[in-house]
Amino acid sequence: MSAATVTVNENVQGGLTRAELEELQRPRHKGRETVGMVAGIVGMALIVLYCIIPFYWMTISAFRLPSDGMSTAFWPSPASIENFKGAFQPKNNFTRALLNSVIVASITTALTLLFGIIAAYALARLRFRMKGLVLAIIIGCSMFPGITLLIPLLKLFTGYYSWFPNWMNTYQAMIVPDLSFGLPLAVWNLTAFFKQLPVELEQAAMVDGCTPGVAFRKVILPLAAPGVFTTAIITFIAVWNEYMIALTFGVKPTMKTATVALSQFTGTTNFDTPFGSIMAAGVIVTVPLLVVVLLFQRRIVGGLTAGGVK
Amino acid sequence: MLSDGQGTLAAMLISPTLIVIFLVVGIPIAMTIRDSFYTKSNKVDPTTGLLSNKEHFVGLQNFTNALTSQLGTVPGEWGNLPRLVNAFLNNMYFTVVCVVIETVLGVAMALIMSKAFRGRGIVRAAILVPWAIPTIVSAKMWWLIFQASGVANRILGHTYLWLGDSASSQAAVIIADTWKTAPFIGLLTLAGLQTIPAEVYEAAKVDGANAWQTFVRITLPMVKPSLVVAVLFRTLDTMRMFDLPYGMIGPHKYYVETLSMFAYDEANNLRYGPAAAYSILLFLLIVIVAFLFIKLLGAELITDDEVLALRAQRKRQKAMHKRAKAMPTITSGESAV
Repeated sequence: MSAATVTVNENVQGGLTRAELEELQRPRHKGRETVGMVAGIVGMALIVLYCIIPFYWMTISAFRLPSDGMSTAFWPSPASIENFKGAFQPKNNFTRALLNSVIVASITTALTLLFGIIAAYALARLRFRMKGLVLAIIIGCSMFPGITLLIPLLKLFTGYYSWFPNWMNTYQAMIVPDLSFGLPLAVWNLTAFFKQLPVELEQAAMVDGCTPGVAFRKVILPLAAPGVFTTAIITFIAVWNEYMIALTFGVKPTMKTATVALSQFTGTTNFDTPFGSIMAAGVIVTVPLLVVVLLFQRRIVGGLTAGGVK
Repeated sequence: MLSDGQGTLAAMLISPTLIVIFLVVGIPIAMTIRDSFYTKSNKVDPTTGLLSNKEHFVGLQNFTNALTSQLGTVPGEWGNLPRLVNAFLNNMYFTVVCVVIETVLGVAMALIMSKAFRGRGIVRAAILVPWAIPTIVSAKMWWLIFQASGVANRILGHTYLWLGDSASSQAAVIIADTWKTAPFIGLLTLAGLQTIPAEVYEAAKVDGANAWQTFVRITLPMVKPSLVVAVLFRTLDTMRMFDLPYGMIGPHKYYVETLSMFAYDEANNLRYGPAAAYSILLFLLIVIVAFLFIKLLGAELITDDEVLALRAQRKRQKAMHKRAKAMPTITSGESAV
């Protein structure tokens, strides 16, 4: 406090000068807060750009003319859907590949849910010995390197052993190995979902005379439907995106999945790489997933973080 | 918990899953381990005069042959090395570099998102885009971007040969992998951040902590459990990387060949024994890394209350036994009374 203000009495209020009062009333750190907010917005914009730009590049490259495949213009001019037509030309078998992907992913998802729901219910609710071991086995499987399973299965499915049928180019040859990562993923996610439901629900049902089985079917399953649905989406995406297993066991052109097919598109000659139609196929394979993911983003984020896996 | 003594019901509900896991994981592992000690002989069968197709036991030869220069060397980033050693070094290099960059970026993203009041929905939607794209599609996407006359070189104003077999192709793989997975770490870290109560930050502010101190002393320790698990899964995922280098750079590119790619190639050339051996090495590597994460960093994967309670109980009992052993006279005296 300076000597000058002390002498001027009317400026003093409760031992404080007017200047000091004004200083106190002024919102603190206004400048710093604005900077923080701007930095936040810039940061968010950077994250969005980081995530979107490569995908944007793939999309606009898909909408160029096939002859502009290597163009680096930031906008397709002229825009064209020739590449999409190119992706579906008969020699690529892409329609069939999409169908194969749908079949493999749907059946795998259905099977994982069938097995996973009951196992996850037991893991979330029942008390039994060796639960730690069972959980460890399941989480261990999701860490497993796929290649370790692939090698003996390749040997098995190619008819190396006389006691096993040749499974090359069949759906089961893709579905069975896909279960190795799909099932642990589903069980883990579903267990987390079941745990979130209050146990009092079943207890009330059981007080009312339900057996645990009926309580599960009539009370828990309907309530867990959103969790089951989310798990189904996450598992479906994981299987849909799978590459190595499908590459190994679906060799015939009619048995390739979409991911394998698009990675093997060829041009009309060996020297002409069909950049455009590969990008178009990439967009076709990805966009349905993106639509579903964006529609249910809240749930999927919840599922991913609850499961803590993949 | 519903009640005690539901072991039978639990066994009935869990056994289908365990049987499936046994069939699709257990048996193949056993077969891989067995195969890794066998190889096909290239000798001519004396009775038929044809090349023998029988497998025979070779012990650790599949491993030792590959680790020495017995099978020749390949040129990679690390010099002329046996192909297995080269793939191992690539694996380690990719894992360390990718995971470090992804973690730093992911945590930064999570911090930005946690501070935001508006627009979080848009960012969350954007972050799910790289996650949802199939890895092979992202490989092809970056393959287009990294073409010699592609957009990456146009922006950089220099013609790097990203897709050749060179250090640049390693960088290309690292960039593409980081793009796809850093947002995912961000998502998991954000979930951890949101569990930190605001009071803790207020208390720190009252105590006069600056932003850096708050981050190091509060945010990081409290977000550690979810971050460690996310990093563990990313580490194991990067160690088994296959789609990305395979789809973007291609097979037989020794600067980017990973153990998975090498084992895959061997299996497709019908050298099942060596392929099995290399995949077992990758498997062991993953087991060791997971073990280190759990023991050293305390990655808590199983958070089931009952399992944790049992574990704590066992620990207490052990401690009690130890104490009982340490003081034998007192216990015996008590039992005499």
